[in-house]
Amino acid sequence: MTAPLLSVENLGKRFGGFVALEAIHLDIAKGERVGLIGPNGSGKSTLVNCMSGTLRNETGIVRFDGRPMNGLPAHQRTRLGFARSFQLPRPFNSLSVAENLRIPIEYTVNARPAAHVPAGDIVGRCNDLLAMVGLAEKSEKMPRDLTQIEMRKLELARAMASEPKLLIADEAMAGLSHAEVDDILALLIRLNEQGVTIVMIEHIMRAVMQFSQRLVVLVAGRKIADGLPADVVRNPEVERAYLGE
Amino acid sequence: MRALPFLLVSILVAAATFGAATLVGNSYVFFAGYVVLQYIVLATAWNILGGYTGYVNFGTAAFLALGAYSSVVIHKTMPMPIPVLIVIGGLVSGIVGLGMGYLTLRLRGSFFSIATLALSVVVQTLIINWDFVGGSRGAYIVRPRTTEYFAMNYIEYLFLVMLVLSVIAVFTARCIERSRLGYGFAAIRDDEAAAEASGVPTLKLKLLATTLSGAFMGMAGAPLPYYVTYLDPASGFSLAYAVNAIAMPLIGGTASWLGPVIGAVLLGTLQQVATVTISSALNLLIVGVILVAFVIIAPNGLIGLVRGKGRGMKR
Ligand SMILES: Nc1ncnc2c1ncn2[C@@H]1O[C@H](COP(=O)(O)OP(=O)(O)O)[C@@H](O)[C@H]1O
Ligand SMILES: [Mg+2]
Repeated sequence: MTAPLLSVENLGKRFGGFVALEAIHLDIAKGERVGLIGPNGSGKSTLVNCMSGTLRNETGIVRFDGRPMNGLPAHQRTRLGFARSFQLPRPFNSLSVAENLRIPIEYTVNARPAAHVPAGDIVGRCNDLLAMVGLAEKSEKMPRDLTQIEMRKLELARAMASEPKLLIADEAMAGLSHAEVDDILALLIRLNEQGVTIVMIEHIMRAVMQFSQRLVVLVAGRKIADGLPADVVRNPEVERAYLGE
Repeated sequence: MRALPFLLVSILVAAATFGAATLVGNSYVFFAGYVVLQYIVLATAWNILGGYTGYVNFGTAAFLALGAYSSVVIHKTMPMPIPVLIVIGGLVSGIVGLGMGYLTLRLRGSFFSIATLALSVVVQTLIINWDFVGGSRGAYIVRPRTTEYFAMNYIEYLFLVMLVLSVIAVFTARCIERSRLGYGFAAIRDDEAAAEASGVPTLKLKLLATTLSGAFMGMAGAPLPYYVTYLDPASGFSLAYAVNAIAMPLIGGTASWLGPVIGAVLLGTLQQVATVTISSALNLLIVGVILVAFVIIAPNGLIGLVRGKGRGMKR
């Protein structure tokens, strides 16, 4: 057994008096495809924000690729290979769609000692990534010209652009058509086959079940289940959380 | 246009400006022109922080005055040539910019701006209570009629120095805009959390912006005592500097180097004309009215107006 790529130990996060996450333990192995589910407000995005350094957790340790990431600013975590998309898209509004991808290429990929994308290749690289998520036609557009759904795709492309070891897609498929969900699923599975570990946060159960090798369930800031998808969905506690909604 | 041709064209424009001013042959042109050029540097410096990264600095006057008072101190201890004073003024204000960044950059939006205003008050209070530089009475600087080297009229010399400084400032801003750094600044301006998530070291870049912006303001201020010959805190820390440094980029357009230049030339010239024809007291009123008009009619400045709905900042 090799050490996990990501390991979260006893992570806790409060907003004022409200406990958003309590004693979360989570290990994710290299190359895994994990689904993270839970009712709205259960703390999934907050967990991502704590792991990525966007928010500070009060307790617990997040280890990535063997090193503790506590206190590391978010940009250093991204450079180590931890990428996430935001659930509510946060595009760079004064930059074109293609230029939005230039930021992670210049500041993450080219900030790593090994990889270097030559200046002349950056534009081509941006366009390739946009083609992968089905935004090839929009590269010269501004983010404000995109639909909400297209912004989600841009959000995913921007996370992919940093060439991560671990990619967390936070509800990247919400609102997509059946065919588009299949396209993104195929894309994520292809990425995974190339060696990227992927955590998918999703409400579309069809996509989650098709994608995940393992399923983790959060309810009200606690992890209530973690295991094979088929077992987890039959777990009475999980059923109660979902049916009781 | 690539960087080198841009620099050559800028130098040509500057040379033509100097030639034209010499042809007019009236020393008032140099007096007024100096102020306009000083505003090109100030507006460009302000825009490096305010326009590119989105952090609004109300403390322009403090950075300018630090440069100016550095020159007063040096003048009183061991006088040095103006270009050297500019380097020193830039260093002093750049270091203060860096310090201000460390203390205040955790504050977002209007809180950052209020902190810069507070800094301005603190610096002014220190200067008022510092007798060596004249305290509240101010300091007199006796400047020679001509320069030592080319026997050039001194005011023409100051004009030339400020002209060169504005070329350097504008060239720097333009280089930043087209570089990796410029993209990083834009990402910070648009969304800091998303910038961090994309690998942008936001704190480092913001500190770079406050340092660079402060340094250019200090450089603009360094020759000031020689221009006014009498510098007191009231004029060195004049509200006009802070207001103009914000108004000029906003009127021209904050998204590119050209905006602050256009804004400074238009607004600077207008104020010089108004000072002669009407009264200097009216200047700030004029700026205020124009600024309000622009915020309503053309939030992306003149450049945004000309380029229509092309790329530009969303305000
Ligand atoms: N910045 C914040 N400040 C205060 N409360 C927050 C903040 N972010 C999230 N919350 C609260 O934390 C809980 C978990 O939210 P979130 O992580 O977004 O859930 P999920 O992604 O599972 O839908 C919610 O009750 C939400 O209202
Ligand atoms: Mg969420």
